[in-house]
Amino acid sequence: MKFRIPMGLKKLSTSSLLVILPLIVFLLSFIIGHHSISLTTVINILAAKFLPLEPTWPPLLEKVVLQVRFPRIVAAMLVGAGLSAAGAAFQGVFRNPLVSPYILGVASGAGFGAALAILLSDSLILVQVSAMGFGILAVVLTYGMSSVYKSAPTLVLVLAGVIVGSFFSALISLIKYLADPYEKLPSIVFWLMGSLANVNPDVLFTIGPILMIAVMLLVLMGWRINVLSMGEEEALSFGVNTKRERAFVVVLCTVITAAAVCLAGVIGWVGMVIPHICRMLVGPDYRKVITASISIGACYLVIIDDLARALTSLEIPLGILTAIIGAPFFAYLIMRNKVGW
Amino acid sequence: MAIDVNNATFSYDEERPIFRNVNFSVSQGEVLCLLGPNGAGKSTLIRCLNRLLPLSSGTVFLDGQDISQLSRRQIAKKIAYVPQSHIPAFPYTVFNVVLMGRTAHHGFLASPGKKDRDIAEQAMESLGITYLEHKPYTQISGGERQLVLLAAVLAQEPEYLLLDEPTSHLDFGHQTRLLEVINRLSKQGMTVIMSSHFPDHAFLTDGKVAILKEGSLVDIGSAAKVVTETNIRDTYGIEVLIGPVAGRHDVITCVPVMHGYKESC
Repeated sequence: MKFRIPMGLKKLSTSSLLVILPLIVFLLSFIIGHHSISLTTVINILAAKFLPLEPTWPPLLEKVVLQVRFPRIVAAMLVGAGLSAAGAAFQGVFRNPLVSPYILGVASGAGFGAALAILLSDSLILVQVSAMGFGILAVVLTYGMSSVYKSAPTLVLVLAGVIVGSFFSALISLIKYLADPYEKLPSIVFWLMGSLANVNPDVLFTIGPILMIAVMLLVLMGWRINVLSMGEEEALSFGVNTKRERAFVVVLCTVITAAAVCLAGVIGWVGMVIPHICRMLVGPDYRKVITASISIGACYLVIIDDLARALTSLEIPLGILTAIIGAPFFAYLIMRNKVGW
Repeated sequence: MAIDVNNATFSYDEERPIFRNVNFSVSQGEVLCLLGPNGAGKSTLIRCLNRLLPLSSGTVFLDGQDISQLSRRQIAKKIAYVPQSHIPAFPYTVFNVVLMGRTAHHGFLASPGKKDRDIAEQAMESLGITYLEHKPYTQISGGERQLVLLAAVLAQEPEYLLLDEPTSHLDFGHQTRLLEVINRLSKQGMTVIMSSHFPDHAFLTDGKVAILKEGSLVDIGSAAKVVTETNIRDTYGIEVLIGPVAGRHDVITCVPVMHGYKESC
């Protein structure tokens, strides 16, 4: 009985931490950047949106906070939360902790879509739309290819994802080879490394809600993902229509990753590793892992993006930072904890 | 209330059937013990009864309804299945695994509630494995895992129970206790179909026995009628003695006759 109370407290503190942490990171991120703005000013500017406050701050700062930093921070949180939640769900559905949200070829498809659009036009919106479209197309191809086989559905699906992924990777290389090396090629390369520097508020407020709805549905799917991760036959005999429910998870995750790619390009590593960190924190139950992934994933990507903005005058692409900072951190966690998956 | 198997045939490749033209029926509260050599098709047949594999031809009727017309959820509310062994991917607690048995009873986007947790607790208690509750499912023995899955299917509250070699990983004590659980469930009205490698299990569960050999059902009936020295010789190619244990005429057992033993006599 003695252990009951501390354990309960620990549970409470973990879950409240998962709520409070993103809020703190969210607010503190507004301070970082070229213009120095105090936390009080940030809070006042944000509060003035809802409360009748007299503006005591220069209009320039308001513009920086609301039109530059706000969309960027929100986008970072959405992308981080979305990729992590999708990664967690995929790891469960594919019964494999090494799976990332890009396993079904979204990243290569989207990369090809973006590269093609950069090659053929100068419109940023077109690049985003093309990336999203080809990302979804890649998953549709993967799924179509796998549905031909009757047995070992998840294995064939992953294999089909590898095939589609390498096909689109080759097409990306082809476009890089053909692209003008002084103008187009650098944009393609930078796009592929991921960035939140060019988040368009209009795009964010169109795609953001879609991403959020899909993530919410994934949270509700938590228990079904637990059952699906027990294996095909076990899930079937527990009364799960595995084919339909797996397809539902794949659709949700594809919407999420395609939306994330549309906002920020291809950002690797987050979707694979954050679920592991969350499993160390809250255990293997997907009802908790997905919720925790949303919180920790959002924090992680915002912090990484803050570093990208603050470290050097030249912005370091996100895809590079997520791995350079994330890999050693993850290695440290693995060595410190006995991880049982 | 019965499960009826009608002309059931299954093959993976349309050519070599795993089993063919199998006919039998098991009524409510009966225990059917499926005997047969390795590779006879016992596990495949059991999977087909639950439509984990679709029959190539023939029909399985569950309380008169064709099983191929039922949804997964409808099937799960009636039939539960425990596989021979299960390799888990994630270290869920034993309690959560048992709770998964409740999946068919709550909605698509819902999680198990208080009632489900109570039923899961009871299921673990009835098998005496409550002490495993908080342990990771990956870190218990194969035998314990079989008991945990059995608790999960009890929480499922089915009318039919399919057990694929339920005793294969259990020690002698657990084997016996499991057979006692099966007898108790059958008295409560549960229909049990289990495959086994031990002819003794047929006597101990005192139900029907079926022998599957090379994909055909060669004999079915009461244990006393089917588990005979001739049948066992034809099925497994070994000599056995079947008879009452000294001093207890109601306890029948089946013992193999070793060749070395025979010569020395």
